Amino acid sequence: MSDAAKDRAQPLIVGAGPAGIRAAATLVAAGLRPIVVDEAPACGGQIYRQPLVPDGRDARVRYGSEAPKAERLHREFAGLQGKLDYLPNTLVWNLSDGVADVATNGGHRRLAHDGLILATGAMDRILPVPGWTLPGVFSLGGSQIVLKAQGCVIGSRIVFAGTGPLLYLVAWQYMKAGVKVAAVLDAAPLTAQMAMMKALPGFPAIVLRGTRFIAEMMMKGVAFHYGINKLRFEGTSRIEGVSFEVRGKRRHLACDGAGFGLGLKPETQLADLAGCQFAFNERDRVFLPQTDTARRSSVPGVYLAGDGSGIAGADAAEMSGERAALSLIEDRGLAVDPGRAGKLEKELRKIFAFRNVLEQSFPFPSQWIADLPGDTMVCRCEEIDVSGIRDAADHFGIVEMNRLKAVSRIGMGRCQGRVCGSAAAELLAASTGRPISAVGRLRGQAPVKPLPMSYAAIAPAVTGEAAE
Amino acid sequence: MPLLHRVARQNEVPIGFSLNGKPCEGRRGDTLLSAILTIDERLRPSDFSHEPRAGFCQMSACQDCWVTLISGERVRACSTPLAEGMQVITRAANSAGEPA
Repeated sequence: MSDAAKDRAQPLIVGAGPAGIRAAATLVAAGLRPIVVDEAPACGGQIYRQPLVPDGRDARVRYGSEAPKAERLHREFAGLQGKLDYLPNTLVWNLSDGVADVATNGGHRRLAHDGLILATGAMDRILPVPGWTLPGVFSLGGSQIVLKAQGCVIGSRIVFAGTGPLLYLVAWQYMKAGVKVAAVLDAAPLTAQMAMMKALPGFPAIVLRGTRFIAEMMMKGVAFHYGINKLRFEGTSRIEGVSFEVRGKRRHLACDGAGFGLGLKPETQLADLAGCQFAFNERDRVFLPQTDTARRSSVPGVYLAGDGSGIAGADAAEMSGERAALSLIEDRGLAVDPGRAGKLEKELRKIFAFRNVLEQSFPFPSQWIADLPGDTMVCRCEEIDVSGIRDAADHFGIVEMNRLKAVSRIGMGRCQGRVCGSAAAELLAASTGRPISAVGRLRGQAPVKPLPMSYAAIAPAVTGEAAE
Repeated sequence: MPLLHRVARQNEVPIGFSLNGKPCEGRRGDTLLSAILTIDERLRPSDFSHEPRAGFCQMSACQDCWVTLISGERVRACSTPLAEGMQVITRAANSAGEPA
Protein backbone atom coordinates (compact mmCIF):
# COMPACT_ATOMS: atom_id res chain seq x y z
CA MET A 1 0.00 0.00 0.00
CA SER A 2 1.32 3.48 -0.82
CA ASP A 3 2.07 5.98 1.97
CA ALA A 4 -0.80 8.18 0.86
CA ALA A 5 -3.24 5.30 1.00
CA LYS A 6 -2.14 4.39 4.53
CA ASP A 7 -3.52 7.67 5.86
CA ARG A 8 -7.01 6.84 4.68
CA ALA A 9 -9.47 4.27 6.00
CA GLN A 10 -9.89 1.05 4.04
CA PRO A 11 -12.49 0.72 1.30
CA LEU A 12 -15.43 -1.49 2.25
CA ILE A 13 -17.10 -4.00 -0.08
CA VAL A 14 -20.46 -5.42 0.95
CA GLY A 15 -21.06 -8.82 -0.62
CA ALA A 16 -18.71 -11.55 -1.83
CA GLY A 17 -20.62 -12.71 -4.89
CA PRO A 18 -19.31 -12.21 -8.43
CA ALA A 19 -19.49 -8.40 -8.16
CA GLY A 20 -17.85 -8.21 -4.74
CA ILE A 21 -15.06 -10.66 -5.63
CA ARG A 22 -14.13 -8.81 -8.83
CA ALA A 23 -14.27 -5.49 -7.01
CA ALA A 24 -11.98 -6.86 -4.28
CA ALA A 25 -9.50 -8.28 -6.79
CA THR A 26 -9.40 -4.96 -8.64
CA LEU A 27 -8.79 -2.91 -5.49
CA VAL A 28 -6.05 -5.29 -4.34
CA ALA A 29 -4.38 -5.08 -7.76
CA ALA A 30 -4.28 -1.30 -7.31
CA GLY A 31 -2.50 -1.66 -3.97
CA LEU A 32 -5.50 -1.06 -1.74
CA ARG A 33 -6.54 -3.33 1.12
CA PRO A 34 -10.36 -3.58 1.16
CA ILE A 35 -12.56 -4.96 3.91
CA VAL A 36 -14.99 -7.49 2.42
CA VAL A 37 -18.10 -8.20 4.48
CA ASP A 38 -20.38 -11.05 3.49
CA GLU A 39 -23.29 -12.78 5.20
CA ALA A 40 -22.37 -16.22 3.92
CA PRO A 41 -19.72 -18.48 5.46
CA ALA A 42 -17.91 -18.74 2.09
CA CYS A 43 -17.61 -16.54 -0.99
CA GLY A 44 -19.59 -16.93 -4.22
CA GLY A 45 -22.85 -15.14 -3.53
CA GLN A 46 -26.07 -17.00 -4.20
CA ILE A 47 -25.22 -17.92 -7.78
CA TYR A 48 -21.87 -19.52 -6.97
CA ARG A 49 -22.78 -20.53 -3.43
CA GLN A 50 -20.57 -23.17 -1.85
CA PRO A 51 -21.67 -26.08 0.34
CA LEU A 52 -20.85 -26.01 4.07
CA VAL A 53 -18.74 -29.16 3.64
CA PRO A 54 -17.53 -30.96 0.50
CA ASP A 55 -20.34 -33.27 -0.59
CA GLY A 56 -18.75 -35.44 -3.26
CA ARG A 57 -20.29 -33.50 -6.16
CA ASP A 58 -17.95 -31.62 -8.46
CA ALA A 59 -18.38 -28.07 -9.72
CA ARG A 60 -19.84 -29.29 -13.00
CA VAL A 61 -22.69 -31.01 -11.16
CA ARG A 62 -23.19 -28.08 -8.81
CA TYR A 63 -22.95 -25.13 -11.20
CA GLY A 64 -23.57 -26.70 -14.62
CA SER A 65 -22.31 -24.66 -17.56
CA GLU A 66 -21.18 -21.92 -15.18
CA ALA A 67 -18.78 -24.21 -13.29
CA PRO A 68 -15.57 -22.70 -14.76
CA LYS A 69 -16.70 -19.21 -13.73
CA ALA A 70 -17.62 -20.37 -10.23
CA GLU A 71 -14.30 -22.14 -9.76
CA ARG A 72 -12.32 -19.21 -11.16
CA LEU A 73 -14.00 -16.76 -8.76
CA HIS A 74 -13.66 -19.02 -5.72
CA ARG A 75 -9.97 -19.49 -6.55
CA GLU A 76 -9.45 -15.80 -7.21
CA PHE A 77 -10.94 -14.84 -3.85
CA ALA A 78 -8.92 -17.49 -2.01
CA GLY A 79 -5.80 -16.01 -3.63
CA LEU A 80 -6.61 -12.57 -2.21
CA GLN A 81 -6.48 -13.73 1.41
CA GLY A 82 -3.80 -11.83 3.30
CA LYS A 83 -4.27 -8.86 0.96
CA LEU A 84 -7.69 -7.91 2.24
CA ASP A 85 -9.73 -8.22 5.43
CA TYR A 86 -12.54 -10.72 4.92
CA LEU A 87 -15.42 -10.91 7.37
CA PRO A 88 -17.65 -13.86 6.46
CA ASN A 89 -20.83 -14.64 8.45
CA THR A 90 -21.18 -10.90 8.88
CA LEU A 91 -24.16 -8.65 8.27
CA VAL A 92 -23.88 -4.94 7.52
CA TRP A 93 -27.06 -3.74 9.19
CA ASN A 94 -26.64 0.01 9.04
CA LEU A 95 -24.63 2.61 7.15
CA SER A 96 -24.03 6.20 8.10
CA ASP A 97 -21.39 8.72 7.06
CA GLY A 98 -18.41 6.47 6.55
CA VAL A 99 -19.30 3.98 9.29
CA ALA A 100 -20.82 0.55 8.81
CA ASP A 101 -22.53 -1.20 11.72
CA VAL A 102 -21.87 -4.91 11.42
CA ALA A 103 -22.97 -7.97 13.33
CA THR A 104 -20.28 -10.61 13.22
CA ASN A 105 -19.78 -13.91 15.06
CA GLY A 106 -22.15 -13.00 17.85
CA GLY A 107 -20.59 -9.56 18.31
CA HIS A 108 -21.11 -6.07 17.05
CA ARG A 109 -18.58 -3.76 15.45
CA ARG A 110 -18.49 -0.37 13.80
CA LEU A 111 -16.21 -0.19 10.78
CA ALA A 112 -14.94 3.12 9.50
CA HIS A 113 -14.33 3.04 5.77
CA ASP A 114 -13.36 5.32 2.94
CA GLY A 115 -15.09 4.24 -0.25
CA LEU A 116 -18.00 1.82 -0.23
CA ILE A 117 -18.89 -0.69 -2.92
CA LEU A 118 -22.34 -2.18 -2.50
CA ALA A 119 -22.62 -5.59 -4.15
CA THR A 120 -25.69 -6.76 -2.29
CA GLY A 121 -27.23 -9.07 -4.90
CA ALA A 122 -30.84 -9.98 -5.46
CA MET A 123 -33.62 -12.31 -4.42
CA ASP A 124 -36.66 -13.77 -6.12
CA ARG A 125 -39.41 -11.35 -7.08
CA ILE A 126 -42.72 -12.57 -5.78
CA LEU A 127 -46.34 -11.83 -6.45
CA PRO A 128 -48.38 -13.70 -3.87
CA VAL A 129 -50.87 -16.30 -5.07
CA PRO A 130 -53.21 -18.45 -2.99
CA GLY A 131 -51.30 -21.12 -1.08
CA TRP A 132 -47.81 -19.69 -1.64
CA THR A 133 -47.05 -19.85 2.11
CA LEU A 134 -47.71 -23.61 2.30
CA PRO A 135 -44.81 -25.79 3.45
CA GLY A 136 -43.13 -27.21 0.36
CA VAL A 137 -43.47 -24.05 -1.74
CA PHE A 138 -40.04 -22.47 -2.03
CA SER A 139 -38.80 -19.58 -4.11
CA LEU A 140 -37.08 -20.61 -7.35
CA GLY A 141 -33.79 -19.30 -6.00
CA GLY A 142 -34.38 -21.19 -2.76
CA SER A 143 -35.15 -24.39 -4.67
CA GLN A 144 -31.86 -24.01 -6.50
CA ILE A 145 -29.80 -23.10 -3.42
CA VAL A 146 -31.00 -26.08 -1.40
CA LEU A 147 -30.01 -28.35 -4.29
CA LYS A 148 -26.59 -26.88 -5.03
CA ALA A 149 -25.46 -25.95 -1.52
CA GLN A 150 -27.25 -28.54 0.60
CA GLY A 151 -27.66 -31.44 -1.81
CA CYS A 152 -31.36 -31.63 -1.01
CA VAL A 153 -34.38 -31.50 -3.32
CA ILE A 154 -37.77 -30.00 -2.46
CA GLY A 155 -39.89 -33.07 -3.24
CA SER A 156 -40.22 -36.15 -5.40
CA ARG A 157 -42.76 -34.77 -7.88
CA ILE A 158 -42.24 -31.09 -8.40
CA VAL A 159 -43.94 -28.25 -10.26
CA PHE A 160 -42.02 -25.09 -11.09
CA ALA A 161 -44.12 -21.98 -11.68
CA GLY A 162 -43.58 -18.30 -12.37
CA THR A 163 -41.53 -16.80 -15.15
CA GLY A 164 -37.99 -15.91 -16.13
CA PRO A 165 -34.84 -17.75 -17.16
CA LEU A 166 -34.39 -19.16 -13.64
CA LEU A 167 -37.69 -21.05 -13.98
CA TYR A 168 -36.25 -23.17 -16.80
CA LEU A 169 -32.76 -23.46 -15.36
CA VAL A 170 -33.94 -24.71 -11.95
CA ALA A 171 -36.44 -27.15 -13.51
CA TRP A 172 -33.69 -28.56 -15.70
CA GLN A 173 -31.26 -28.83 -12.76
CA TYR A 174 -33.86 -30.78 -10.77
CA MET A 175 -34.47 -33.09 -13.71
CA LYS A 176 -30.70 -33.67 -13.98
CA ALA A 177 -30.64 -34.43 -10.24
CA GLY A 178 -33.00 -37.32 -10.94
CA VAL A 179 -36.20 -35.74 -9.63
CA LYS A 180 -39.56 -36.03 -11.38
CA VAL A 181 -40.44 -32.57 -12.67
CA ALA A 182 -44.17 -32.73 -13.36
CA ALA A 183 -44.53 -29.39 -15.10
CA VAL A 184 -43.14 -25.96 -15.83
CA LEU A 185 -45.84 -23.27 -15.64
CA ASP A 186 -44.86 -19.96 -17.20
CA ALA A 187 -46.89 -16.80 -16.71
CA ALA A 188 -45.43 -15.48 -19.97
CA PRO A 189 -47.21 -16.42 -23.17
CA LEU A 190 -45.18 -18.32 -25.73
CA THR A 191 -45.55 -15.37 -28.10
CA ALA A 192 -43.61 -13.17 -25.66
CA GLN A 193 -40.79 -15.68 -25.56
CA MET A 194 -40.32 -15.34 -29.30
CA ALA A 195 -38.62 -12.06 -28.40
CA MET A 196 -35.64 -14.20 -27.35
CA MET A 197 -34.85 -14.71 -31.01
CA LYS A 198 -33.70 -11.08 -31.09
CA ALA A 199 -30.95 -12.05 -28.67
CA LEU A 200 -29.78 -15.01 -30.77
CA PRO A 201 -27.15 -13.12 -32.81
CA GLY A 202 -25.55 -11.40 -29.81
CA PHE A 203 -25.82 -14.17 -27.22
CA PRO A 204 -26.26 -17.43 -29.15
CA ALA A 205 -24.85 -19.67 -26.41
CA ILE A 206 -27.33 -18.48 -23.79
CA VAL A 207 -30.37 -18.62 -26.07
CA LEU A 208 -29.45 -22.05 -27.43
CA ARG A 209 -28.78 -23.38 -23.94
CA GLY A 210 -32.30 -22.38 -22.89
CA THR A 211 -33.74 -24.08 -25.97
CA ARG A 212 -31.75 -27.22 -25.19
CA PHE A 213 -33.02 -27.26 -21.58
CA ILE A 214 -36.61 -27.17 -22.81
CA ALA A 215 -36.01 -29.87 -25.44
CA GLU A 216 -34.36 -32.18 -22.89
CA MET A 217 -37.17 -31.65 -20.40
CA MET A 218 -39.82 -32.32 -23.06
CA MET A 219 -38.08 -35.60 -23.90
CA LYS A 220 -38.30 -36.55 -20.22
CA GLY A 221 -42.05 -35.90 -20.20
CA VAL A 222 -42.07 -32.53 -18.40
CA ALA A 223 -45.30 -30.69 -19.27
CA PHE A 224 -45.01 -27.04 -20.30
CA HIS A 225 -47.82 -24.52 -20.00
CA TYR A 226 -47.46 -20.92 -21.15
CA GLY A 227 -49.51 -17.84 -20.37
CA ILE A 228 -50.95 -19.35 -17.20
CA ASN A 229 -53.31 -17.36 -14.95
CA LYS A 230 -54.98 -17.75 -11.55
CA LEU A 231 -52.21 -19.93 -10.20
CA ARG A 232 -52.80 -21.45 -6.79
CA PHE A 233 -50.83 -23.82 -4.61
CA GLU A 234 -53.12 -26.31 -2.91
CA GLY A 235 -52.94 -28.43 0.24
CA THR A 236 -54.04 -28.36 3.86
CA SER A 237 -50.88 -28.53 5.94
CA ARG A 238 -48.38 -28.81 3.07
CA ILE A 239 -48.36 -28.60 -0.70
CA GLU A 240 -50.32 -31.36 -2.44
CA GLY A 241 -50.88 -29.84 -5.87
CA VAL A 242 -51.22 -26.76 -8.04
CA SER A 243 -54.03 -25.46 -10.17
CA PHE A 244 -54.05 -22.79 -12.82
CA GLU A 245 -55.92 -21.54 -15.84
CA VAL A 246 -54.60 -21.72 -19.33
CA ARG A 247 -56.67 -20.44 -22.28
CA GLY A 248 -59.64 -20.13 -19.93
CA LYS A 249 -59.56 -23.77 -18.80
CA ARG A 250 -58.67 -24.75 -15.21
CA ARG A 251 -56.16 -27.56 -14.76
CA HIS A 252 -54.86 -29.39 -11.69
CA LEU A 253 -51.57 -31.16 -11.13
CA ALA A 254 -50.55 -33.22 -8.11
CA CYS A 255 -47.11 -32.50 -6.62
CA ASP A 256 -45.26 -32.64 -3.30
CA GLY A 257 -42.99 -29.67 -3.88
CA ALA A 258 -43.11 -26.41 -5.83
CA GLY A 259 -40.66 -23.71 -6.84
CA PHE A 260 -42.11 -20.25 -7.49
CA GLY A 261 -40.65 -16.95 -8.64
CA LEU A 262 -41.21 -14.13 -11.12
CA GLY A 263 -37.75 -12.96 -11.96
CA LEU A 264 -35.40 -11.24 -9.53
CA LYS A 265 -35.49 -8.15 -7.36
CA PRO A 266 -32.42 -6.19 -6.23
CA GLU A 267 -31.52 -5.93 -2.54
CA THR A 268 -31.41 -2.13 -2.27
CA GLN A 269 -31.84 -1.53 1.46
CA LEU A 270 -28.19 -0.60 2.10
CA ALA A 271 -28.06 1.75 -0.88
CA ASP A 272 -31.06 3.47 0.68
CA LEU A 273 -29.37 3.76 4.08
CA ALA A 274 -26.24 5.07 2.35
CA GLY A 275 -28.39 7.93 1.06
CA CYS A 276 -28.29 6.98 -2.61
CA GLN A 277 -30.83 8.59 -4.88
CA PHE A 278 -33.40 6.20 -6.35
CA ALA A 279 -35.40 6.41 -9.55
CA PHE A 280 -38.27 4.36 -10.87
CA ASN A 281 -37.30 1.74 -13.43
CA GLU A 282 -40.17 1.13 -15.85
CA ARG A 283 -38.86 -2.17 -17.15
CA ASP A 284 -38.52 -3.83 -13.74
CA ARG A 285 -41.40 -1.89 -12.11
CA VAL A 286 -39.16 -1.05 -9.18
CA PHE A 287 -37.21 1.86 -7.71
CA LEU A 288 -33.47 1.40 -8.21
CA PRO A 289 -30.50 3.27 -6.77
CA GLN A 290 -29.14 5.55 -9.46
CA THR A 291 -25.72 4.87 -10.90
CA ASP A 292 -23.76 6.25 -13.81
CA THR A 293 -21.96 4.01 -16.29
CA ALA A 294 -18.86 4.17 -14.07
CA ARG A 295 -20.99 2.72 -11.22
CA ARG A 296 -20.87 5.88 -9.12
CA SER A 297 -24.02 6.44 -7.08
CA SER A 298 -25.40 9.89 -6.26
CA VAL A 299 -23.35 9.85 -3.02
CA PRO A 300 -19.62 10.58 -3.40
CA GLY A 301 -17.58 7.52 -2.44
CA VAL A 302 -20.47 5.08 -2.76
CA TYR A 303 -20.39 2.72 -5.76
CA LEU A 304 -22.99 0.20 -6.92
CA ALA A 305 -22.26 -3.15 -8.52
CA GLY A 306 -24.01 -6.35 -9.48
CA ASP A 307 -27.65 -7.31 -9.34
CA GLY A 308 -28.20 -5.17 -6.22
CA SER A 309 -28.19 -2.11 -8.48
CA GLY A 310 -30.41 -3.63 -11.21
CA ILE A 311 -30.80 -7.19 -12.44
CA ALA A 312 -28.28 -8.07 -15.15
CA GLY A 313 -26.88 -11.47 -14.16
CA ALA A 314 -23.59 -12.86 -12.89
CA ASP A 315 -21.40 -11.99 -15.88
CA ALA A 316 -22.51 -8.37 -15.72
CA ALA A 317 -21.98 -8.44 -11.96
CA GLU A 318 -18.33 -9.32 -12.42
CA MET A 319 -17.90 -6.46 -14.90
CA SER A 320 -19.76 -3.87 -12.85
CA GLY A 321 -17.83 -4.97 -9.76
CA GLU A 322 -14.57 -4.31 -11.55
CA ARG A 323 -15.87 -1.06 -13.04
CA ALA A 324 -17.04 0.18 -9.61
CA ALA A 325 -13.62 -0.63 -8.16
CA LEU A 326 -11.89 1.30 -10.96
CA SER A 327 -14.00 4.35 -10.11
CA LEU A 328 -13.11 4.04 -6.43
CA ILE A 329 -9.41 3.76 -7.34
CA GLU A 330 -9.62 6.78 -9.63
CA ASP A 331 -11.46 8.81 -6.99
CA ARG A 332 -8.61 8.06 -4.56
CA GLY A 333 -6.28 9.69 -7.01
CA LEU A 334 -4.65 6.47 -8.18
CA ALA A 335 -4.06 5.57 -11.81
CA VAL A 336 -6.50 3.39 -13.75
CA ASP A 337 -6.42 2.07 -17.27
CA PRO A 338 -9.07 4.09 -19.13
CA GLY A 339 -9.10 1.48 -21.90
CA ARG A 340 -10.13 -1.20 -19.43
CA ALA A 341 -12.91 0.97 -17.99
CA GLY A 342 -14.23 1.70 -21.48
CA LYS A 343 -14.15 -1.95 -22.45
CA LEU A 344 -16.12 -2.95 -19.36
CA GLU A 345 -18.73 -0.27 -20.02
CA LYS A 346 -19.09 -1.44 -23.62
CA GLU A 347 -19.57 -5.07 -22.57
CA LEU A 348 -22.06 -4.02 -19.89
CA ARG A 349 -24.09 -2.07 -22.45
CA LYS A 350 -24.37 -5.24 -24.54
CA ILE A 351 -25.53 -7.31 -21.57
CA PHE A 352 -28.04 -4.64 -20.50
CA ALA A 353 -29.50 -4.71 -24.03
CA PHE A 354 -29.76 -8.51 -23.81
CA ARG A 355 -31.45 -8.15 -20.42
CA ASN A 356 -34.07 -5.91 -22.04
CA VAL A 357 -34.86 -8.73 -24.46
CA LEU A 358 -35.05 -11.24 -21.59
CA GLU A 359 -37.48 -9.04 -19.70
CA GLN A 360 -39.66 -8.74 -22.82
CA SER A 361 -39.63 -12.52 -23.08
CA PHE A 362 -40.62 -13.08 -19.46
CA PRO A 363 -42.73 -10.07 -18.46
CA PHE A 364 -43.90 -9.66 -14.87
CA PRO A 365 -47.59 -10.73 -14.83
CA SER A 366 -49.00 -7.61 -13.21
CA GLN A 367 -52.38 -8.59 -14.69
CA TRP A 368 -52.55 -11.32 -12.00
CA ILE A 369 -53.21 -8.60 -9.40
CA ALA A 370 -56.83 -8.08 -10.42
CA ASP A 371 -57.60 -11.80 -10.03
CA LEU A 372 -56.15 -12.23 -6.54
CA PRO A 373 -58.72 -13.43 -3.98
CA GLY A 374 -58.98 -11.14 -0.93
CA ASP A 375 -57.75 -13.79 1.48
CA THR A 376 -54.44 -14.32 -0.37
CA MET A 377 -51.61 -13.75 2.09
CA VAL A 378 -49.31 -10.94 0.95
CA CYS A 379 -47.05 -10.37 3.97
CA ARG A 380 -45.71 -13.63 5.38
CA CYS A 381 -44.38 -11.95 8.53
CA GLU A 382 -47.31 -9.85 9.72
CA GLU A 383 -49.92 -11.94 7.91
CA ILE A 384 -51.58 -9.16 5.96
CA ASP A 385 -53.77 -10.37 3.12
CA VAL A 386 -54.89 -8.75 -0.13
CA SER A 387 -58.10 -7.45 1.45
CA GLY A 388 -56.11 -5.96 4.31
CA ILE A 389 -54.20 -3.84 1.82
CA ARG A 390 -57.16 -2.97 -0.39
CA ASP A 391 -59.31 -2.08 2.65
CA ALA A 392 -56.58 0.04 4.25
CA ALA A 393 -56.11 1.94 1.02
CA ASP A 394 -59.86 2.46 0.58
CA HIS A 395 -60.72 3.27 4.17
CA PHE A 396 -57.91 5.74 4.83
CA GLY A 397 -57.56 7.06 1.30
CA ILE A 398 -53.94 5.94 1.19
CA VAL A 399 -51.99 6.51 -2.01
CA GLU A 400 -48.38 6.04 -0.82
CA MET A 401 -46.42 2.98 0.38
CA ASN A 402 -45.08 4.30 3.70
CA ARG A 403 -48.55 5.45 4.74
CA LEU A 404 -49.84 2.03 3.75
CA LYS A 405 -47.16 0.47 5.96
CA ALA A 406 -48.14 2.65 8.91
CA VAL A 407 -51.78 1.71 8.66
CA SER A 408 -51.68 -1.92 7.53
CA ARG A 409 -48.30 -3.10 8.93
CA ILE A 410 -47.35 -4.34 5.46
CA GLY A 411 -43.56 -4.29 5.23
CA MET A 412 -43.21 -3.82 8.99
CA GLY A 413 -42.37 -7.45 9.75
CA ARG A 414 -39.11 -9.30 9.99
CA CYS A 415 -38.34 -9.16 6.26
CA GLN A 416 -39.05 -5.40 6.12
CA GLY A 417 -41.00 -5.74 2.91
CA ARG A 418 -38.27 -7.54 0.96
CA VAL A 419 -40.74 -10.23 -0.08
CA CYS A 420 -44.08 -8.40 -0.04
CA GLY A 421 -43.04 -4.82 -0.85
CA SER A 422 -43.22 -4.96 -4.62
CA ALA A 423 -46.51 -6.90 -4.49
CA ALA A 424 -47.96 -4.38 -2.04
CA ALA A 425 -46.94 -1.58 -4.39
CA GLU A 426 -48.67 -3.35 -7.28
CA LEU A 427 -51.81 -3.82 -5.17
CA LEU A 428 -51.84 -0.21 -3.98
CA ALA A 429 -51.34 1.04 -7.53
CA ALA A 430 -54.14 -1.18 -8.84
CA SER A 431 -56.59 -0.29 -6.09
CA THR A 432 -55.96 3.45 -6.35
CA GLY A 433 -55.84 3.48 -10.14
CA ARG A 434 -52.41 5.11 -10.09
CA PRO A 435 -49.25 4.05 -11.91
CA ILE A 436 -46.93 1.98 -9.73
CA SER A 437 -44.26 4.67 -10.04
CA ALA A 438 -46.60 7.05 -8.18
CA VAL A 439 -47.09 4.97 -5.02
CA GLY A 440 -43.46 5.30 -3.96
CA ARG A 441 -41.36 2.76 -2.13
CA LEU A 442 -40.83 1.59 1.42
CA ARG A 443 -38.06 3.56 3.14
CA GLY A 444 -35.03 1.53 4.21
CA GLN A 445 -34.72 1.07 7.96
CA ALA A 446 -31.85 -0.13 10.11
CA PRO A 447 -31.29 -2.88 11.05
CA VAL A 448 -31.85 -4.20 7.53
CA LYS A 449 -32.32 -7.70 8.95
CA PRO A 450 -33.32 -8.92 12.41
CA LEU A 451 -30.55 -8.86 15.03
CA PRO A 452 -30.45 -10.61 18.40
CA MET A 453 -31.18 -8.13 21.21
CA SER A 454 -27.68 -8.54 22.68
CA TYR A 455 -26.25 -6.57 19.76
CA ALA A 456 -28.25 -3.55 20.71
CA ALA A 457 -26.87 -3.59 24.25
CA ILE A 458 -23.33 -2.99 23.03
CA ALA A 459 -22.05 0.30 21.68
CA PRO A 460 -18.53 -0.39 20.47
CA ALA A 461 -16.09 2.22 19.36
CA VAL A 462 -15.51 2.85 15.68
CA THR A 463 -12.45 1.03 14.41
CA GLY A 464 -10.59 1.89 11.27
CA GLU A 465 -9.01 -1.50 10.73
CA ALA A 466 -10.96 -4.64 10.07
CA ALA A 467 -8.25 -6.77 11.67
CA GLU A 468 -8.44 -6.55 15.45
CA MET B 1 -43.37 -37.22 4.64
CA PRO B 2 -40.46 -34.76 4.99
CA LEU B 3 -40.32 -31.79 2.61
CA LEU B 4 -36.68 -32.20 1.61
CA HIS B 5 -34.91 -35.29 0.31
CA ARG B 6 -31.16 -35.74 0.21
CA VAL B 7 -29.40 -36.36 -3.09
CA ALA B 8 -25.91 -35.89 -1.59
CA ARG B 9 -24.21 -36.30 1.80
CA GLN B 10 -26.48 -39.26 2.69
CA ASN B 11 -23.52 -40.99 4.35
CA GLU B 12 -22.02 -37.89 5.93
CA VAL B 13 -21.26 -37.89 9.67
CA PRO B 14 -24.52 -37.90 11.69
CA ILE B 15 -25.13 -34.90 13.94
CA GLY B 16 -27.52 -35.34 16.85
CA PHE B 17 -29.96 -32.60 17.81
CA SER B 18 -33.40 -32.40 19.34
CA LEU B 19 -36.59 -31.01 17.87
CA ASN B 20 -39.21 -30.06 20.44
CA GLY B 21 -37.59 -32.51 22.84
CA LYS B 22 -37.49 -35.40 20.36
CA PRO B 23 -34.01 -36.77 19.53
CA CYS B 24 -33.21 -36.35 15.82
CA GLU B 25 -30.29 -36.79 13.49
CA GLY B 26 -28.99 -34.56 10.74
CA ARG B 27 -25.79 -34.69 8.71
CA ARG B 28 -22.56 -32.75 8.92
CA GLY B 29 -22.90 -29.83 6.50
CA ASP B 30 -26.64 -29.36 7.08
CA THR B 31 -28.21 -26.03 7.79
CA LEU B 32 -30.66 -26.23 10.66
CA LEU B 33 -33.45 -25.82 8.08
CA SER B 34 -32.28 -28.80 5.99
CA ALA B 35 -31.82 -30.93 9.11
CA ILE B 36 -35.40 -30.24 10.21
CA LEU B 37 -37.10 -30.45 6.81
CA THR B 38 -35.42 -33.76 5.89
CA ILE B 39 -37.23 -35.10 8.98
CA ASP B 40 -40.45 -33.11 9.14
CA GLU B 41 -42.93 -31.46 6.79
CA ARG B 42 -43.23 -28.20 8.65
CA LEU B 43 -40.90 -25.85 10.46
CA ARG B 44 -43.01 -23.58 12.65
CA PRO B 45 -46.45 -22.08 13.02
CA SER B 46 -46.86 -18.55 11.67
CA ASP B 47 -46.94 -15.84 14.34
CA PHE B 48 -50.63 -14.93 14.27
CA SER B 49 -52.78 -17.52 12.50
CA HIS B 50 -50.47 -20.45 13.41
CA GLU B 51 -50.56 -21.72 9.84
CA PRO B 52 -47.73 -24.16 9.14
CA ARG B 53 -44.62 -22.65 7.55
CA ALA B 54 -41.39 -24.16 6.32
CA GLY B 55 -39.21 -21.31 5.12
CA PHE B 56 -39.23 -19.99 1.59
CA CYS B 57 -36.13 -18.26 0.19
CA GLN B 58 -33.21 -20.30 1.65
CA MET B 59 -30.99 -17.17 1.36
CA SER B 60 -31.49 -15.23 4.58
CA ALA B 61 -33.88 -12.77 2.95
CA CYS B 62 -37.49 -13.73 3.71
CA GLN B 63 -37.03 -14.31 7.48
CA ASP B 64 -39.64 -17.07 7.41
CA CYS B 65 -37.52 -19.69 9.16
CA TRP B 66 -36.66 -18.22 12.58
CA VAL B 67 -36.71 -20.83 15.31
CA THR B 68 -35.84 -20.82 19.01
CA LEU B 69 -33.05 -22.71 20.75
CA ILE B 70 -33.59 -24.01 24.28
CA SER B 71 -31.28 -21.24 25.53
CA GLY B 72 -33.87 -18.74 24.34
CA GLU B 73 -31.67 -17.60 21.48
CA ARG B 74 -33.52 -17.16 18.20
CA VAL B 75 -31.80 -18.21 14.98
CA ARG B 76 -32.60 -18.14 11.29
CA ALA B 77 -32.64 -21.83 10.35
CA CYS B 78 -31.54 -21.45 6.70
CA SER B 79 -28.32 -19.66 7.63
CA THR B 80 -27.46 -21.53 10.84
CA PRO B 81 -25.23 -24.59 10.51
CA LEU B 82 -26.49 -27.62 12.41
CA ALA B 83 -24.35 -28.29 15.48
CA GLU B 84 -24.20 -31.35 17.71
CA GLY B 85 -26.57 -31.15 20.66
CA MET B 86 -28.70 -28.24 19.40
CA GLN B 87 -32.06 -28.21 21.14
CA VAL B 88 -34.59 -26.58 18.84
CA ILE B 89 -38.10 -25.44 19.68
CA THR B 90 -40.36 -24.80 16.72
CA ARG B 91 -43.79 -24.88 18.34
CA ALA B 92 -45.63 -21.65 19.13
CA ALA B 93 -45.36 -20.43 22.69
CA ASN B 94 -48.54 -19.47 24.53
CA SER B 95 -48.79 -16.32 26.63
CA ALA B 96 -47.03 -18.07 29.53
CA GLY B 97 -44.11 -18.85 27.25
CA GLU B 98 -44.80 -22.58 27.30
CA PRO B 99 -44.84 -24.45 24.00
CA ALA B 100 -48.46 -24.78 22.91
